Amino acid sequence: MWRDAWLVAGKDVRIELRSRVALWQVLPVAVLSLVLYAFALGPGRAALAAAAPGLFWLAVLFSTVLAVQRSFAIESGEGTRDGLRLSGIDPAGVFLGKMAAVALELAVLQVVVWAGMTLLFGVHVATPWLAVAASALATVGLAAAGVIYGALSAGLRVRETLLPLLVLPVLAPVLLAASRAWAGALAHGSVSAGVGWLRILGPFAAAYVVIGIVLYGPLLETG
Amino acid sequence: MSRAGTGWSSRTLNTVGLAAVVSVAATVWLGLWVTPPDKVQGNLVRLVYLHPPVAWVALYLAFGLAALSSLLYLWKRTRSLFWDRLAAASVEVGVVFTALTLVTGTLWGRPTWGVWWTWDARLTSTALLLVLFLGYLALRRVPAEPDVRAKRCAVAALVAFVDVPIVHFSVVWWQTLHQGATVLNANLTPTIHGSMAWTLLLGFVAMTLLFTWMVALRYRIEVLADRAGDAVLEVTLAERWAEDDAPPPERADLEAHVPTGSPT
Repeated sequence: MWRDAWLVAGKDVRIELRSRVALWQVLPVAVLSLVLYAFALGPGRAALAAAAPGLFWLAVLFSTVLAVQRSFAIESGEGTRDGLRLSGIDPAGVFLGKMAAVALELAVLQVVVWAGMTLLFGVHVATPWLAVAASALATVGLAAAGVIYGALSAGLRVRETLLPLLVLPVLAPVLLAASRAWAGALAHGSVSAGVGWLRILGPFAAAYVVIGIVLYGPLLETG
Repeated sequence: MSRAGTGWSSRTLNTVGLAAVVSVAATVWLGLWVTPPDKVQGNLVRLVYLHPPVAWVALYLAFGLAALSSLLYLWKRTRSLFWDRLAAASVEVGVVFTALTLVTGTLWGRPTWGVWWTWDARLTSTALLLVLFLGYLALRRVPAEPDVRAKRCAVAALVAFVDVPIVHFSVVWWQTLHQGATVLNANLTPTIHGSMAWTLLLGFVAMTLLFTWMVALRYRIEVLADRAGDAVLEVTLAERWAEDDAPPPERADLEAHVPTGSPT
């Protein structure tokens, strides 16, 4: 399973490195959203800084939908999904591989978006370990749930419109918990309150990774 | 299950339906006329006979049944379209009850809290649950082979069901305006008495019967709709063949007319 996961993750990351769709399309949209937030909330730094954790995770959330759509778009070509199915690769391995690739893209995206936020909104992380822990758990949760729903809607004619409807309500607890955890990690934030929210991010990530490993087999058969 | 797969016989269905209507009527009568107003909440307390039973059906019974049926469909030994249809019927009725939970909740919230809506954890997660299962119904409407659609929907229901415990524990995790559990509190001693407790209990029975009746009816409609779909297809095909007064076309001829290339 782990070897298969490594192969699939390597495939997805290699395709992204060569096609650079995530780099030139998904990432710029996330950075653009920072400017749009400023337009929506006004140029005052206080309002932007107060809303920064939520806006950050909102950007990550919508980027997750794009990243997942991209992750399954690369397999929508002639018979690629059939090929993957017939290759004898463990479905759990396919799930973990695709999840790892999406998680890696989201991690890179978070670094860039946070750098942009520090620059444009003037916010600073005071407790880095809390921010990193929340990010790591949230990223695994987002990628796991995202890939499950990506597989569910892959191959459907209505996938572009169906995926956000299916996946955004599921990801909402991650948005809430990760935003609150990051609020705790910022300067003047309450670290203990922030740490409490990891109790939601951890089980969420664990639950969706387990569900993905167990149910990806039946899901692959529906494509 | 009798009548070759359409679920309960008409007689059983009508009996359950009658029991549901009678018990709902009895709950209304007891709730509005027999029970006394509450010391603190006054007549508002009468919503307690409706709101928690509707929420119980929506959040636990409907989505619990949907998750269980979906699990049984996915498990190869028990795989049958019966479970798929049961899950679909259960989610559809569950969505109606979830919407009712939110409506009765806001009606109660306005006079007690002073606002129609508050971003309380339980309210918010119930609203999320509604959207989650609306997504399930949207997925169900996507045309596909019955077994492919069943598998896809079963996975969607199970993945969405993980949200239900979050709803349940949210009131503990994110204490805000919403009151905690009254009947099932930590030491399991109900804090309401007499006619009010009995009426509440009857409310639970009534809503459960109503749910059972609606699911059984919805299940039958699902089976009949599938059958009607097959019948219409057969009649249409027969008509087309009769029009040409020619033998049915060979498979190779049919395939020759299918456009090549896959839709992207």
